[in-house]
Amino acid sequence: MTQVPRLRLTQYVVLVACILLFVAAIDCALAQPFGMTRGGSPAEIGGFTGWILAKQAEFYRTLSGLIRAAKADGSAAYTLLGISFLYGIFHAAGPGHGKAVISSYLVANDETWRRGIVLSFASAILQAFTAVAVVGIAAALLGATAKAMGNTVRVIEIVSYALIMLIGLRLLWVKGRAFLRLLRGEQQAHHAHDRHPGHDHGHHHHAHDHHHDHDHHHTHDHDHHHHHGHAHSHDHDHEDDASAWSHAHAPEPQELTGKHWLRRGLAAIIAVGLRPCSGAIIVLVFALAQGLFWIGVASTFVMGLGTAITVAAIATLAVGARGLADRFAKARPGAGMLLLRGLETAAALVIVFFGAALLTGYIVSERLMGV
Amino acid sequence: MLRIFFVTLAVLFIAAPALAHPHVWVTMRTELVYAPDGRITGIRHAWSFDDMFSTFAIQGLDSKEKGKFTREELAPLAKVNVESLKEFDYFTYATADGKKVALTDPTADYWLDYNDQVLTLNFTLPLKTPVKAKELKIDIYDPTIFVDFSFDKQNPARLVGAPNCKLDVQLPREMTFAEGKKLSEIPADEKNTTMAWGAQFANKLLVHCP
Repeated sequence: MTQVPRLRLTQYVVLVACILLFVAAIDCALAQPFGMTRGGSPAEIGGFTGWILAKQAEFYRTLSGLIRAAKADGSAAYTLLGISFLYGIFHAAGPGHGKAVISSYLVANDETWRRGIVLSFASAILQAFTAVAVVGIAAALLGATAKAMGNTVRVIEIVSYALIMLIGLRLLWVKGRAFLRLLRGEQQAHHAHDRHPGHDHGHHHHAHDHHHDHDHHHTHDHDHHHHHGHAHSHDHDHEDDASAWSHAHAPEPQELTGKHWLRRGLAAIIAVGLRPCSGAIIVLVFALAQGLFWIGVASTFVMGLGTAITVAAIATLAVGARGLADRFAKARPGAGMLLLRGLETAAALVIVFFGAALLTGYIVSERLMGV
Repeated sequence: MLRIFFVTLAVLFIAAPALAHPHVWVTMRTELVYAPDGRITGIRHAWSFDDMFSTFAIQGLDSKEKGKFTREELAPLAKVNVESLKEFDYFTYATADGKKVALTDPTADYWLDYNDQVLTLNFTLPLKTPVKAKELKIDIYDPTIFVDFSFDKQNPARLVGAPNCKLDVQLPREMTFAEGKKLSEIPADEKNTTMAWGAQFANKLLVHCP
């Protein structure tokens, strides 16, 4: 009886790891001009891949013509939006756009797929927004050059990458500790509680998320009304989250998820969404030059929507696989939890790796060449 | 359930290796310049950027006449272009009889033109030491596929002053469905040794001299 769940659990954990590694591999692949050997033949391009590559290139190249056409004939704008949407979907399948970071974040934090979708959409929309802000302010208002915009994007990049690394480090700290504690065999539920006598539970149930979580948190929601008034509850929310996550008593996944997911997720949304996509910036500047800035703005947001769908799909895949792993982990409280915590720690490590690699320029997610 | 996941994953793996996004398209006209003694001395490029990138690149630049730019007005941009290309080896890789040929930085006579809303970068890459080769191969590509290169359809490339040499231009071509299928049947963890894909997507110049 226990043999079967164990096998399946391992399978699922491996599956989650595969998904994350795979997404990480795309996000790195070909996005690193420095790591590649020079002088040989170009990277090999596969059939289906070649098709996606060709498709998104085709969509992108149609955009300029459509923007021009929209100048003369308003109805071309609808075609433009349609193509922008498709471009977003195909484009996000390529490196970047935070697939690896978002997926790893969701797995490490044990977020639900719904939250994954919210995070994917929010970060993609923010990304569109930053592109519009950069071009709108720098180019449209200040008449800045492409070079100046490139420099602005570079500053935004540094902030964004540093944030990714911080999020990763924090997750690593929390998850890594939980994992190590489990590993050392402190599995008894009660030990962890002793560390924060009486206040652990009170703290992380304050005034948040009445609506988002109630399906999972009936007991907490009741609780929460009692603790609502704690004056210091907000100030401590980081420690609260940390201690909530680091309970070593193999808690139910729902319990771990905590109530501040959206607020916590905000950091992830900003980290991933801050950096505008080069393609969007180029499209916006082009639209601006044609005197159709607003068409460019609409196209950028629709593109973001397309991007969000792809990122959300990949994130859902990762979360789904993790959910299955959870189901089997429950059947094997000891080893199962250890595997899960190990997986979470690994996912946190992926985020740290990405932040560090992007920050040091080891991976370049995109570049605006020659300007 | 597990099956669905693995199948999805397998599909994604096939799609994985090269999903990059070009944001710049370059149409090339290339000249290979020979000395009277038959040695190749340099590669002369004229790269036209696509209209969106051209518009992006000239954003915010001042010109006397609106919508028109002289070479002088574009000189600072040309400088930035050429200087930032250095990091990428000018995307130009040459071999002479199988041996790598070293190229130096462009000669000082590089410039940008702006015609019909298209920006064209003209520059010459000299060979460090001019060589005489029976078979000269030149590849032009961006390994990161941020820049998508293709030869001009009418005037892709020509030889300047090369006696009795024959030039072949190999254009990248689209993969057929059958080829795509065949490639996708190669397991993801196995290196593809049977099908030479790179060559089909490269822009190659081949020069055979007696």
